[in-house]
Amino acid sequence: MSKLLGWKEMPIGTLILKPGSTEEVKTGDWRTFKPVIDHNKCTRCTLCYYYCPDGSIMLKTENGKVVKVDVDYYHCKGCGICAKICPVKAISMVEEVR
Amino acid sequence: MPKIVGLTGDEAVAHAVKQCDVDVIAAYPITPQTIIVETLGDFIANGELNAEMVHVESEHSALSVVTAAALTGARVFTATCSQGLALMFEILYITSGVRAPVVMAIANRALSAPINIHADHSDSMAARDSGWIQLYAENVQEVYDLIFMAYKIAENKEVLLPTMVCLDGFTLTHTLERVEMLDDDVALKYLPKKPTYAHPISIEEPATYGSLALPDYYFEFKIQQEFAMNRAKEVIPKAMEEFTKVSGREYYVYNAYATDDADVIVISLGSTSGTMRSVAKELRKKGIKVGTVALRVYRPFPAKELKEVLSGAKVIVTMDRTLSFGALGGPLFEDLRSLFYDEDRRPLIADVVYGLGGRDLTPSDAKAIFEYGLEIAKTGHIPELVKFVGVRE
Amino acid sequence: MSISLPKPEYLAPGHAACQGCGATLAIRQALMALRPDEAAIVVVATGCLEVVTTIYPRTSWRIPFVHLAFENAAAGASGIEAALRVLERKGLLKEKKKIHVIAIGGDGGTFDIGLQALSGALERGHKFVYICYDNEAYMNTGIQRSGATPYRAWTTTTPVGSKIPGKPQFKKNLAGIAAAHEIPYVATASPGYHVDLINKMRRALNAPGPALLHILAPCPTGWRYDPSLTVEIARLAVQTRFFPLYEIIYGRKYVVTMPVPKPRPITDYLKLQGRYAHMLRPEMKKDVERLEKVVNEFYEWLMKMSEVTKDLPLPSWYHV
Repeated sequence: MSKLLGWKEMPIGTLILKPGSTEEVKTGDWRTFKPVIDHNKCTRCTLCYYYCPDGSIMLKTENGKVVKVDVDYYHCKGCGICAKICPVKAISMVEEVR
Repeated sequence: MPKIVGLTGDEAVAHAVKQCDVDVIAAYPITPQTIIVETLGDFIANGELNAEMVHVESEHSALSVVTAAALTGARVFTATCSQGLALMFEILYITSGVRAPVVMAIANRALSAPINIHADHSDSMAARDSGWIQLYAENVQEVYDLIFMAYKIAENKEVLLPTMVCLDGFTLTHTLERVEMLDDDVALKYLPKKPTYAHPISIEEPATYGSLALPDYYFEFKIQQEFAMNRAKEVIPKAMEEFTKVSGREYYVYNAYATDDADVIVISLGSTSGTMRSVAKELRKKGIKVGTVALRVYRPFPAKELKEVLSGAKVIVTMDRTLSFGALGGPLFEDLRSLFYDEDRRPLIADVVYGLGGRDLTPSDAKAIFEYGLEIAKTGHIPELVKFVGVRE
Repeated sequence: MSISLPKPEYLAPGHAACQGCGATLAIRQALMALRPDEAAIVVVATGCLEVVTTIYPRTSWRIPFVHLAFENAAAGASGIEAALRVLERKGLLKEKKKIHVIAIGGDGGTFDIGLQALSGALERGHKFVYICYDNEAYMNTGIQRSGATPYRAWTTTTPVGSKIPGKPQFKKNLAGIAAAHEIPYVATASPGYHVDLINKMRRALNAPGPALLHILAPCPTGWRYDPSLTVEIARLAVQTRFFPLYEIIYGRKYVVTMPVPKPRPITDYLKLQGRYAHMLRPEMKKDVERLEKVVNEFYEWLMKMSEVTKDLPLPSWYHV
């Protein structure tokens, strides 16, 4: 639980100066099911990357080509869109057990 | 040699704005502010003013446009009054909340209904809680001068609060008076340097402006604004002092006349102060001890300064050109009563509500008000807290 | 248009959007049209997108983001656009990259309360892109109907009751309203067809004046469906002709970018969404027929307009 700021230390005018600071928030905690990619089936078509509302599909590239597709489990909310739209059914939604 | 010209209040606003090297103007016409926008339009069309005039489709958009523009660090201006100010109402708080140093001229006009295009202060008074600094001009020279001071105050990095310069509709906006203008270079030297905003929109350092604050943070932002208002209490007299130096015209948060030994002091805002002072001068010739305070800064309320100048009087008559329905009196009356509540030396304070919808306050009305004050001083008793002047039963 | 992946994420994850949110998906895709040598400032109206991404003290935005009020995204964008122009003229603008001003509003902040400011901004011809992410109701305040809510959809203010089964009016034609201003570019898009959407955003950015993008944003919470179906529903809306994908250029030339010669039956689209559950009842058959008729009439009209204006040339900036 981060300490709340006081009015003297807050920048004025409702300004938030740290861009992209929501990446600190672990929305991965929202999941009940998590997407698991079968890298053997995956063709690196990148559709899951384009269709993730939370930008939680990470692309690893080498020489401008996509070589691996991974899930950002810290942020992934487990909506299941990626599993639904994968053309080769390489993604399955697995119940998260913690 | 400073130029001396005849200008109406609206024209004076436009000339001052031009000399302030404003960048973005957005305004929607409303009588009696129209000449401001028209004159600025002329300046832009003739290349005398290098600014963008955004011809917005409503006052709400006018303030939205200039508030957003101010976030880029540009110097901005808008003008409105009455219904236009009322339409902008939600944005007034937003402009103050994001601390955009917008300067707005208010051509004080009565609020509908019934619709009325003439002078009274109900419009700007309705906005007194919005976190805007409020300055009131007594004559066209003051209108002109206060615009420069408004930018100086609003853009001060310790303040960064939007500022209204109020001028009475028709009485000042459309009346030709003598104005001594500043030289262009003098004006620019007086004004702050751009960018005008604390953290202007930057691609290199992208920030979020106008965030959402839940109950855990909202309160702190409001305290910041209040703190800025308090800072303004020091910044304003300094800005006025500096202006006095460059213009040769004396400026302070009020303009007092014969208050040192006055039994009755009448305090007012706007053009009526001129009438009251000139009648006071007549009465003084007869040895009657009256004085006037023409208040220039209404928000932040200059408590310290007013206590000093008013506490010697037996009676203070506050003149309110607005009616705060259901309240104990007008805004100025309530502020002054609050001011003196804890003091040992407490003048009797009575309120006069006058001039609504542009109803004229004649010199004889003014004389009657002084006499009313003197009567209270004699009897030590206020017959009615609020006296309406010039109303037919 | 060459694509180099991954694209910069202008909208960081960790925001509070619902699982499967069509709005954040649509905006994320649209922003992919920005080139590396371009910068953007977004002015966002009050609504889901603004609320979920800027809860103090954190923001999802990696680009300058301005929020003023509900109905003035277009006015705010106008102000910034005008300011940038003047600052540049006066030599006060430090940024060397081309800066795009993008106003974003939901259907509430665009179709209804924001229509005035939008119309003013379009009429004045500011160089900006207006994106309307349309989740077809005032979602952020709890799924109340808007001018964009379709015929017979359930919302909390047009619920399905014993007397009235959902919204009686049809959806307002935003693209038509925008096109009436004869701005360079108006387009509809669906996040189910990302290439079409990104191309359209590119054209909008290229356009030498105001451009409007009306993007369908399926909402699992308000439309009542499993979050994983967002993209499928976004595609079905197009495949049933319910939400046709087209462009209007200078208010004159119509281009249907995804013709649907053999539409899927509208019930395929309706049956996936809880807000249309009542439409599957036998007593609603006439309403379904009416809806399908209206949808097909509009689509056919679009195809005719496209045909009639096919000889009008496409402007140079159209080509991505």
